[in-house]
Amino acid sequence: MKIDRYEKIWMWASGAMLCAFFATMAGAAIGSSIGPPSHVQTIDPQKVLSDPLFHQQGTWVDRGGRVHATIVATAFAWLPAQLTLPAATPVTFHMTSIDVLHGFEIVRTNAQATLIPGYVSQFTTQFAPGDYMIVCNEYCGVGHHIMAAKMAAIPRSQWRPTMAAPDVPPAHENGHDSH
Amino acid sequence: MPGRFTDRRLILANLWVALLAFGVGACMAVMQAMSRADLELPFRSPKMYYMSVTAHGILMALVFTTFFIMALGYVVVDTDRGRIPWPRFAWASYGVALTGTVLTLGTVYSFKASVLYTFYPPMQAHPLFYIGLTLLIVGSWGWCAEIIAAWRGALRERPDRPVSLALHATTANAMLWVLATLGVAAEMLLQLIPWSLGLEAKIDPLLARTLFWYFGHPLVYFWVLPAYAIWYTVLPREAGGKLFSDPLGRMTFALFLVLSAPVGFHHQFMDPGIPAGWKLFHMANTMLVAFPSFVTAFTICASLEVAGRLRGGTGLFGWIRTLPWGNPTVASVLLALLLFLVGGLGGLINASYAINSAIHNTAWVQGHFHLTVGSATALTFMGTAYWLIPKLTGRALQFELLAKIQPYLWFVGMVLFAMVNHVTGLLGMPRRIFEDAYAGAPQAIPWHGWTLVSAFGGIVLFVSAMFFMLVMLGTLFAGARVPQEPIVWAESLGEPAGGYTPGVWDRLGLWFVVAVAVAAIAYGVPLWHLVHMTRYGSPGFHTF
Repeated sequence: MKIDRYEKIWMWASGAMLCAFFATMAGAAIGSSIGPPSHVQTIDPQKVLSDPLFHQQGTWVDRGGRVHATIVATAFAWLPAQLTLPAATPVTFHMTSIDVLHGFEIVRTNAQATLIPGYVSQFTTQFAPGDYMIVCNEYCGVGHHIMAAKMAAIPRSQWRPTMAAPDVPPAHENGHDSH
Repeated sequence: MPGRFTDRRLILANLWVALLAFGVGACMAVMQAMSRADLELPFRSPKMYYMSVTAHGILMALVFTTFFIMALGYVVVDTDRGRIPWPRFAWASYGVALTGTVLTLGTVYSFKASVLYTFYPPMQAHPLFYIGLTLLIVGSWGWCAEIIAAWRGALRERPDRPVSLALHATTANAMLWVLATLGVAAEMLLQLIPWSLGLEAKIDPLLARTLFWYFGHPLVYFWVLPAYAIWYTVLPREAGGKLFSDPLGRMTFALFLVLSAPVGFHHQFMDPGIPAGWKLFHMANTMLVAFPSFVTAFTICASLEVAGRLRGGTGLFGWIRTLPWGNPTVASVLLALLLFLVGGLGGLINASYAINSAIHNTAWVQGHFHLTVGSATALTFMGTAYWLIPKLTGRALQFELLAKIQPYLWFVGMVLFAMVNHVTGLLGMPRRIFEDAYAGAPQAIPWHGWTLVSAFGGIVLFVSAMFFMLVMLGTLFAGARVPQEPIVWAESLGEPAGGYTPGVWDRLGLWFVVAVAVAAIAYGVPLWHLVHMTRYGSPGFHTF
């Protein structure tokens, strides 16, 4: 196949650019563990509220001193409706839905996860001090646009968890595949 | 009656469904854009809004596109082969697809299926919603059979010659569609239909979502490839030039066939239950599938330069000025290309594993696909209609001035609507919301000014859509009779004396087999793991 010289240059250049894009993302993913939440854990969506991890929602500290937040989504509210976290501290979110799909989004951050009934979403991140808004970004029904909650990140010294650590195996705490 | 097209009635029947779907879909859209900006409308309510979003998605993304693409495919076959292989079968397929469309829209407009065009369970629609969509898909399979049979006929007749690039592109798209729709057919038949009928109590929403996106991403190429086909085979000639590279066009369509399926996880980056490694693998494939689009960008720009220079353009950029910007077909396609440039680059951001989380499911996404399917595809199709309808009916375009203005209005509307939605998305506004107020939350306040601009963009787009409908209906009912011109595909620059000989990229049967193999690797392993986990399933919910 005869290819024009300029077109050949263009093809090599665009191919190289796409490879560079991939390498950037793959490098960040493999080198620095930067990537989307991809936790693999299932749960009976009809028994979420009697599950040891999810029967209470709020913030807690595990035996190793790490901070966690347990969140349940339901049409059309986040449980809890107000979340207070320590700023500049890694927080592990554990989340699921008890009805339809929901999209967990903390506005103007990259903290995001799709919540699928029957599955547990999990990620760890940290926040600068300030007031935030949690919204639902996956269509969930007639009240989708009112499904919001407040979140605040305050200095660690002033922060207290809202509940005792749930009685779950450590594997559920540290984010490893526990299935 | 002039009868250059053997299958004129069938083509027109498909076009009519596409046009009506587009007209109604545009009316739903303008109300949505205004509702999001908190502007008062008659009958405005969340229930109405989410029904409207569902109807708009089904009408535009599934009905308008599919029927227009089927019409265009029959045009290509009729032009190249003189007739379609099995006309009665094609009419039967049309009947099945139309019946399905009517059933689905019936459930949507009676508020029994406000589940959006992605219909994620466990939100549950009326069973006829799913059955109707399945019939639409089954009808489109009939079209695929016609296209592939015509392509095989052409190969048998002249084994020493490649088929026309138009037929090559249409066949690649039909094969892509067969492969893609297997996913949604499995979701419908094994999961959604039995569950909505009550035969199954529970459904696994993640499996359904995964099957949907196995279908959902090649779906976007199913929309875009016919537009590419027009850019390669119609635009150069309409602009007064030649196609810069015919062989690379063949490569482009074969690559899309191979690479469009194994990429669906980039729609599920935020999902639990899918291991990170498979998401990365699908991201790599997504970057690969961008490659044929880059090749297309070069080939089409070079073809336009050929046209501009033949028309007297000189200097580095003088050829741009001499292009026929007043020709509605050429203007539509040129403006569609410009909008697609932004949409395509935005798509690379969507596909980027870690960056995606900054814009996932925000207004950015609706901005993105209004530049791709809503501009690259829809505006190209409007330009195609201006080119095709006179050839098909022997009637001149009615209200030609409106046809000349309409593409520019669409362009302005999309800049105001879609580009602005990218900004609102970066500010974190979720997509598909009835209003942007969030009870006065301070984080939501910066969104409002932008939603007003996008509402204005929506109104401009609506005016443009109505101009298009006026020209179409005016032409079909009252266009002045003119002699019918035949369809002639664009000539290729540098075609060797005696024509091309078939090359490796012409072997679409081979590439189909490769496509099946690639899809089997990309989906086989993760699906195997998924179905072997302890999964609990979910009953249905009616939250709309």
